[in-house]
Amino acid sequence: MAKGIWVVVEQREQQIRKVSLELLGQGRKMADETGEPLVAVVLGQGIEGLAQTLAANGADKVIVVENEKLAEYTTGAYTSALNQLIRKEEPQAVLMGNTAVGKDLAPRLAQRLGVGLASDCTGIELDASSFMTFKRPIYAGKAFEYLASSVRPILATIRPNTFNLPAADDSRKADVVKESAEIDAADLRAILKEVAIAASKRPELTEANIIVSGGRGMKGPENYVILENLADVIGAAVGASRAAVDAGWREQKFQVGQTGKTVAPTLYIACGISGAIQHLAGMGSSKFIVAINKDPEANIFNVADYGIVGDLFEVVPVLTEEFKKIVSA
Amino acid sequence: MNIIVCIKQTFDTEAKIVLDGNGKIDPNGVNLIINPYDEYAIEEGIRLKEKFGGDVTIVTMGGPRAQEAVRTALAMGADKGVVVNDPILEGTDEWANAEILAKAVAQLPYDIILSGRIAIDDGASQISVRLAEALNIPSVTSVLKLEVAGTQVTATREIDGGTETIEVALPAVFTAQKGLNEPRYPSVAGIMKAKKKPLKSMAVADLGLAAGDLASKMSVQKYTLPTARQAGQKIPGDAPQAAKELARLLHEEAKVL
Ligand SMILES: Cc1cc2nc3c(=O)[nH]c(=O)nc-3n(C[C@H](O)[C@H](O)[C@H](O)COP(=O)(O)OP(=O)(O)OC[C@H]3O[C@@H](n4cnc5c(N)ncnc54)[C@H](O)[C@@H]3O)c2cc1C
Ligand SMILES: Nc1ncnc2c1ncn2[C@@H]1O[C@H](COP(=O)(O)O)[C@@H](O)[C@H]1O
Repeated sequence: MAKGIWVVVEQREQQIRKVSLELLGQGRKMADETGEPLVAVVLGQGIEGLAQTLAANGADKVIVVENEKLAEYTTGAYTSALNQLIRKEEPQAVLMGNTAVGKDLAPRLAQRLGVGLASDCTGIELDASSFMTFKRPIYAGKAFEYLASSVRPILATIRPNTFNLPAADDSRKADVVKESAEIDAADLRAILKEVAIAASKRPELTEANIIVSGGRGMKGPENYVILENLADVIGAAVGASRAAVDAGWREQKFQVGQTGKTVAPTLYIACGISGAIQHLAGMGSSKFIVAINKDPEANIFNVADYGIVGDLFEVVPVLTEEFKKIVSA
Repeated sequence: MNIIVCIKQTFDTEAKIVLDGNGKIDPNGVNLIINPYDEYAIEEGIRLKEKFGGDVTIVTMGGPRAQEAVRTALAMGADKGVVVNDPILEGTDEWANAEILAKAVAQLPYDIILSGRIAIDDGASQISVRLAEALNIPSVTSVLKLEVAGTQVTATREIDGGTETIEVALPAVFTAQKGLNEPRYPSVAGIMKAKKKPLKSMAVADLGLAAGDLASKMSVQKYTLPTARQAGQKIPGDAPQAAKELARLLHEEAKVL
């Protein structure tokens, strides 16, 4: 009998990704409702110390796989380790974040296990006949599909910011189980040579609670400093439209939209962005949208909760000052 | 060098999505394009050929119109096409699609396989990696830069917050991210030449697979359309007044600050 709801916890240099905690929070609710244990699985090196955090965030059991070959994420080693664990323990469902790691790992693991995968989900429902069903946006959010599987385990990657962070309870305890994994030469065919993380004090775009984005209306790369100033007051990430990226004003990794990042922050502030369908595809599921645009007919106003028809170069600096007052109050 | 590029024909990014009488996505009247990420893969394949020689084979699975996508890729400079066109593809999941694609690719000689990071229709981001697994070869996803030296490849890939450099021996699958290159447009001469380039069409049975081998692991229960977002309020006043009011609303009404 398959058992347990698993969350594959993503850590980088012993830092747990926010989405992993979001999944533990949601997993806890589903575990309580179904009576299934909630299992956090963490792979890496020097990571045993993370177990208590995972317990505090809802895990009944923590499986720790320590191996020097898992110190950094590689497709081959992580797939192999998880494949071994899953075949041994036979969980019902395996959830992970739809992050760079999740997107790389989950499909390979799914094919090795011969199972389905619901990727980039924005909802999970418990279901008597198929255990869980998954809601996911398709056509860049222009429609949704609902997926179910009769094959175990069910694999799914969940979009960051879909679920709230749980309130950690440090008095919670979990069984901590150490497991080993055999990682052989065939698992290490692709060799990781270098990791270059851009130093940034701002949150990662896909995880940020607030994003302020600038489009062609920014007029040039030098003007993004006004968005950065605003972002730093409220701890936001800075995004861009494709027009701004294609003009070379911002790096590709900051592009929001159909051929960029899909984001779902609590607040998205669009400055000098017209609201093309491909841009909306990337940010249309934000909780609140603010538009600052000098064209009253701009399409972005059709999706914005709050709009200001005006010159962003006049509006944004005042807004920054107002945010400062609120934050320091 | 034997280069394979897997492409998918998708709806135009402007397409309006409606459901048909059976509650399924209605493809009628929709403009079809090559999945934008696959254009980067095609371009990279052609550049590799231009540098190292060899040929570029386009492989696609899809309906009767999928040929158009292959012709476009041939017009860009690819050499041949393979289309797997079978009614069974309407009901298959990613697992089965990867098994079929792997069989189609395995019939061809290959050193390098290029594909898109994600298809913008189903947004699955699965097939390329599953294909690599089915072929038992390595994969590198979300590639921004490829350097090929003999059978060794150094790939730079995007990760959250930065990049990674990976070394891998061919054969391997690489999935293209925007930024890898700037795809060319087909020239008029290219379009003329494409008409004479070989294009092979086959069914799933030609690959030695039967429907029974391809039962889905994952099934779609239903499709829905999102409720349209409502336009909210436009805040009146001059710029400083409006900015102040906006800050107040975000703080007191939306409570996001
Ligand atoms: C296949 C495909 C994929 C695409 N993918 C993406 C994608 O991922 N992301 C994306 O963003 N786009 C994407 N696009 C492009 C998209 O169609 C638009 O071209 C793009 O989003 C426009 O960017 P923009 O809003 O910054 O520029 P514009 O449409 O030019 O809008 C600029 C806006 O700034 C306003 N403005 C100007 N000056 C000021 C000022 N001083 N103060 C206030 N407002 C001002 C103007 O009124 C205007 O509304 C894609 C297109 C295609 C075909
Ligand atoms: N039907 C198909 N035929 C050929 N290649 C495909 C097909 N579907 C997906 N692919 C390839 O796999 C990539 C990712 O697709 P997906 O997993 O659907 O997001 C695409 O960009 C294509 O390169």
